[in-house]
Amino acid sequence: MNELWFWLVSVMFAIYVVMDGFDFGAGILHLVVAETNEERREVLGAIGPFWDGNEVWLLAGGGSLFLAFPKVLASGFSGFYLALWLVVWCLMLRGISIEFRSHVQDGLWRHFWDVTFAGSSVLLAVLFGAALGNVLRGVPLDATGYFGMPLWTDFRVGPQPGILDWYTVLIGVFALATLTAHGALFLACKTEGPVQDRSKALAPRLWLLVLVLWIAASYATSVVNPWIFHQLARAPLAWVATLLFLTGLALVFAGIKRERFLLAFLGSGAFIVGLLAASAACVYPVMLKSTLDPAFDLTALNAAASDHGLRAGLAWWLIGFPIAIGYATFLFRFHRAKVKAAVDGEGY
Amino acid sequence: MGDPLFWHRLQFGFTATYHYLFPQLTMGLALVIVVMKAMGLKTGEARYNDAARFWIRIFGINFAVGVVTGIPLEFQFGTNWARFSQHSGGVIGQTLAMEGMFAFFLESSFLGLLIWGEKKLSPRGHFGAALALWLGSWLSGYFIVATNAFMQHPVGYTVATDGTLQLASFWAFLLNPWALAQYAHTMIAAVVTGSFVVAAIGAFWTLKGLHPEQARLNLKTGAILGFIFSVLVAFPTGDQQGKLVARHQPIALAAMEGRFESGPRAELTLIGQPNIAKRKIENPIQVPAVLSFIAYGTFSSNVQGLLAFPEDQWPQNIELLYYSFHIMAGLGTLMIAVMGLATLLLWRGRLEGSRPMLWVLMLAFPFPYIATTAGWAVAEFGRQPWLIYGLFRTTQGGSPTVHAGQTAFTTLGFAGIFVVLSILFLYLIGREIAHGPAGVQGTGGHHE
Repeated sequence: MNELWFWLVSVMFAIYVVMDGFDFGAGILHLVVAETNEERREVLGAIGPFWDGNEVWLLAGGGSLFLAFPKVLASGFSGFYLALWLVVWCLMLRGISIEFRSHVQDGLWRHFWDVTFAGSSVLLAVLFGAALGNVLRGVPLDATGYFGMPLWTDFRVGPQPGILDWYTVLIGVFALATLTAHGALFLACKTEGPVQDRSKALAPRLWLLVLVLWIAASYATSVVNPWIFHQLARAPLAWVATLLFLTGLALVFAGIKRERFLLAFLGSGAFIVGLLAASAACVYPVMLKSTLDPAFDLTALNAAASDHGLRAGLAWWLIGFPIAIGYATFLFRFHRAKVKAAVDGEGY
Repeated sequence: MGDPLFWHRLQFGFTATYHYLFPQLTMGLALVIVVMKAMGLKTGEARYNDAARFWIRIFGINFAVGVVTGIPLEFQFGTNWARFSQHSGGVIGQTLAMEGMFAFFLESSFLGLLIWGEKKLSPRGHFGAALALWLGSWLSGYFIVATNAFMQHPVGYTVATDGTLQLASFWAFLLNPWALAQYAHTMIAAVVTGSFVVAAIGAFWTLKGLHPEQARLNLKTGAILGFIFSVLVAFPTGDQQGKLVARHQPIALAAMEGRFESGPRAELTLIGQPNIAKRKIENPIQVPAVLSFIAYGTFSSNVQGLLAFPEDQWPQNIELLYYSFHIMAGLGTLMIAVMGLATLLLWRGRLEGSRPMLWVLMLAFPFPYIATTAGWAVAEFGRQPWLIYGLFRTTQGGSPTVHAGQTAFTTLGFAGIFVVLSILFLYLIGREIAHGPAGVQGTGGHHE
């Protein structure tokens, strides 16, 4: 039951990264790929119907973490205190910049929200990447099961690192590149004309960057936490996940080459899910690793709610999850056509 | 000021109070919009859809602010209240996760269709989107109220060997009797807020001589719904809530009334100033025996006063609790009177011509916001000194590794963000009101 919930929570966060990831990508890129107001509205129209639902995967995933592993939520959230509030403020800014931008037809008003949208998206991508980096590197959990970390110290990894050090920043930059490249493929699928042309042109360059950073990030991980790669040999699920992300990567490049951007976008989704799944399989059962002593690790076995609670949660999860997937499927089918910029006063 | 707990409490109280200004309107308006869309479908008259279209735009702006101000609340469980989350996550994690799964996905998926989809959807389809938003927002309300109800009146849990609370009975926890009563009271209060706002806009347009057909429709809808729901919020739901407090939190009841001595035929204090140091209520105006009747159903019942309980179980801020309760109850009575009079005038066909009444309706819309805020203050201050009533004290709940300075910093950050957000919100809402209802079917366009 504990292992199952470890995977359910992981699945929800992975869906979040893939889904909201293309919103971040669109936000990061829109100042570059869309120049006129109409073009920017095309980008906003592409993600407008989806972004809020995508963000719910974060809240539902967080809720599931709370339900299943309250100790991990309590320790992790209070330990990353300031970084998490940066995330929250960026999420707030991102949300209102999408929703408020097109309410007023004024150049300065729009420009303000466009830049806010781009800035908050960049920061969110980096911060979520850094969060993953912290999980992979470990945090200074002690015997109390809690830790407190400053935003940064001397940028070195060690027993008492900061939230940002050279390794987590590297993972943050890798996440930024990956989500930007992911967003470029989404825009290539959903838009037409100049926006699509620019997104298409950017995609191969961005993905080459992702490839380079992926190699760098993998090597860095093997230096910072060699234990993860030792686990690889013992986790068959990690092999499947590795196969998935390698296939995804191949599909991305094949899709870009043949101008089949939906295929490339699906490949990019598989790349992200595969990478996250491989990481999860390698760290299992550890959810928060201690840099001080492995005995202080918070794991799916020692940080979980009671078996009865996990079973009750599973019962409604099995009803709720297909419904949520159903809404998303309906929404994507309803908005399957390419977007056109909305008329003033209507749409995003 | 150096006490982290002070800042944790201030931050949660402040962000939750600010946040709830928005959902209380969207939950109330969601029902108003459903009623308007249903009337439009039934009668085929354009005026209902025009009215709905205006309120959907107001709904959209409120909903966006509600979403972004709600995110911090979810995070605070982990960031600021880590020990509480660790202690009770095995129980309340259920409802908080269910809210995401069953309510947020529903709301977020259909919001865009409700706001921008009128032309793309059939009339029935658009009505369906309104229905989905109503259902989603009211479900969301239930999961939050059920979470709060566990903190007020914990049921369905067991204490594990490590001392944490774990789920024992899912249904007992989900269908907590406290949650059912509190939910009815809260949702009805949200409809009161919605009705007062709808009536205020109707009154404003009537006084300005603008959009006469729409003004009339809003006045009528607001007054009738406002009267029915103002009555329902007091009786039976407020009354039930009071009886639950009397039975399960008698100390909170005594503090709400500023009652120190115990005894039968307890008097209801209408006004007066509690003096905690002197253990008495000063200059009171009281009605004999009514408190006994309200709390226990007979005039002779004994109602315990604060002195009957150990002082370390008293709520810390009795004055604030006392005044919050009296402001809520006083405004509740006033709101019944305002909407009762408006409905009477409407029935006699004289509402639109009565300028004093229109002025009152136009200016009365803050009352339900104040009453609702005071009502939540009663619930939350009355729960003190417990975080989970009788089980877990507020002083035990904070995050062990977060310092006062950090929480002070983020609290001030929120104060700044909320000021900016309020200005933007008022600006956008003001534009919508000035723009008025869109006359032509199917256009949501602004005319610059």
